[in-house]
Amino acid sequence: MMLPPEDITAIGLSLKVALTATALALPFGFAVAWLIVFKPLKGKVFLEVLINLPLTLPPVVIGYFLLLLLGKNGWLGKLLTASGIEIIFTWKAAVIASAVVGFPLLVRSIRLGMESIDQQLIEASRSLGASWFDSLATIVLPLSLRGILAGSSLMFARSLGEFGATIIVAGNIPGITQTIPLAIYDYASSPSSSTMALSLCIVSVVISVAVLFLHEILARHLDRSSGL
Amino acid sequence: MKLHIDVEKKMGDFSLQVNADISGERVGIFGQSGSGKSTLVHLVSGMLQPDSGEIFLDGDCLFSSRKGINLSPEKRRIALVFQHAMLFPHLSVKTNLFYGYKRCRAENKRIRPEALIDLLKLQPLLERRVKHLSGGEKQRVALGRAVLANPRLLVMDEPLAALDDTLRFQIIPYLVSAGEEFKVPYLFISHSLTEMQLMTETVLVVDKGRVVEETTPEQLARQRMAQSQNGYLNFLRLTAPLLQNGLFAYPWGENTLFISDGKANTESMFELSSREIILFKRHPEAISARNLLDCTVTEMFDSDGRVGIVLATHGEKLIAEIVRPAAEELNITTGSTLFAAIKASSFRRLG
Repeated sequence: MMLPPEDITAIGLSLKVALTATALALPFGFAVAWLIVFKPLKGKVFLEVLINLPLTLPPVVIGYFLLLLLGKNGWLGKLLTASGIEIIFTWKAAVIASAVVGFPLLVRSIRLGMESIDQQLIEASRSLGASWFDSLATIVLPLSLRGILAGSSLMFARSLGEFGATIIVAGNIPGITQTIPLAIYDYASSPSSSTMALSLCIVSVVISVAVLFLHEILARHLDRSSGL
Repeated sequence: MKLHIDVEKKMGDFSLQVNADISGERVGIFGQSGSGKSTLVHLVSGMLQPDSGEIFLDGDCLFSSRKGINLSPEKRRIALVFQHAMLFPHLSVKTNLFYGYKRCRAENKRIRPEALIDLLKLQPLLERRVKHLSGGEKQRVALGRAVLANPRLLVMDEPLAALDDTLRFQIIPYLVSAGEEFKVPYLFISHSLTEMQLMTETVLVVDKGRVVEETTPEQLARQRMAQSQNGYLNFLRLTAPLLQNGLFAYPWGENTLFISDGKANTESMFELSSREIILFKRHPEAISARNLLDCTVTEMFDSDGRVGIVLATHGEKLIAEIVRPAAEELNITTGSTLFAAIKASSFRRLG
């Protein structure tokens, strides 16, 4: 199976976007999950609704909001344009779209991991002389690793499939913002390219299966080394 | 150790209001569940912040709402031991043990890890995984971890509640000796009177968020003799038994005690309920009980209609319990001489 160069670029771009979005969202996801699990916040319900909103909103709607926010006349867009940063219709827009859409999945998984940590473990570490940050780094972080791993895999996979929000903020420009789903969409709209669409579909399946396998292997390794 | 607590804390329907000056090296906090014992632990260790008041440990201010001081938990140097060992599951036994030690400032390090590992017999456990330890082993590691942090105060919050009876009495000597050997004062929180008697020298009784009494474990046990299921418990530490006619003969003061459930070649702790002792004014000629001790009454006390009789017998002491009419009928007064009969099976071996 030979793929045309545009498809190779689309695959590379998909991986780059998914990886960047996941890496970018990870520290925020960890911080938000920590806030929800360990801090007695007022209005926690609103925070949770806000975070989970992308899960229930149509991605197109998210894309449209992002466009309003980041577009030339959006309040963030104006600032960015003034400082010479272009986001809309670049791969960076695809990253932001993926990050926003996948964020709830990431937070959910990390949170599940954190919720299983006994509060007394943290109290024990503090009473043994660990500062707040020390305890976070040596107890909370290692014990959340499974959740972090699961969340990252989910988010990475979700980013690979991102379509609705991406097509609105990043467009469908071959070689620049065209990721695998967008390329498949292009092929599928012309009757003569159904085999091309199918071969990209197979690539998608292969990547997804690889991600799931990698997740399982890492999770097992983690279980063994952490003794959980 | 001198701990001054004068704090208030409201949590939902529950309110805690404690004003106490605690001094001593082995202090118990005794109360039923829901009495506020654990809240008190959280306030002292800095995991919870009082609404108002102040806490001083050995003259150092840990918390003062008036001065705006609230020392963070890691700066208080108060190590906690919980009901469940709470070992860090992702770390090895050794890393767990040294977690606090590594974080302890050099000038505060005075406990030698080797000595502690010896005392608590932790050497064979060091290379093991946390999940491969038994409940008792975990609790020993947790105790070692807390002591090795070189704390100013060790707070043990129901550390024996999750263990079965046998294990509990195996762990108690470790708890006591770790505190004594390394001169770490401790607060021992429990709802068990027996644990108070074995672990502490002073007891604060907590009820409904208030300290209702400051007493000794001995006084507390005497006071509760009538209500308590097994009366007053006498504890006897006996050693070097001889086997005679299927019974273990233990020297006890100048007496010999015959006990069914002994154990050869080792020191054992026995529990004897005050209700298992039968008193005779005159020597009973024939009796099935294997132990008959001649005693002198040194003290009598009242506990809810029951009379506690403190008996001296050849250099040792026992407390027996009888109902008031029996005391009147036998005309027992301080100085009376009596015979105490105890069945060989009445001694319960602990641990």
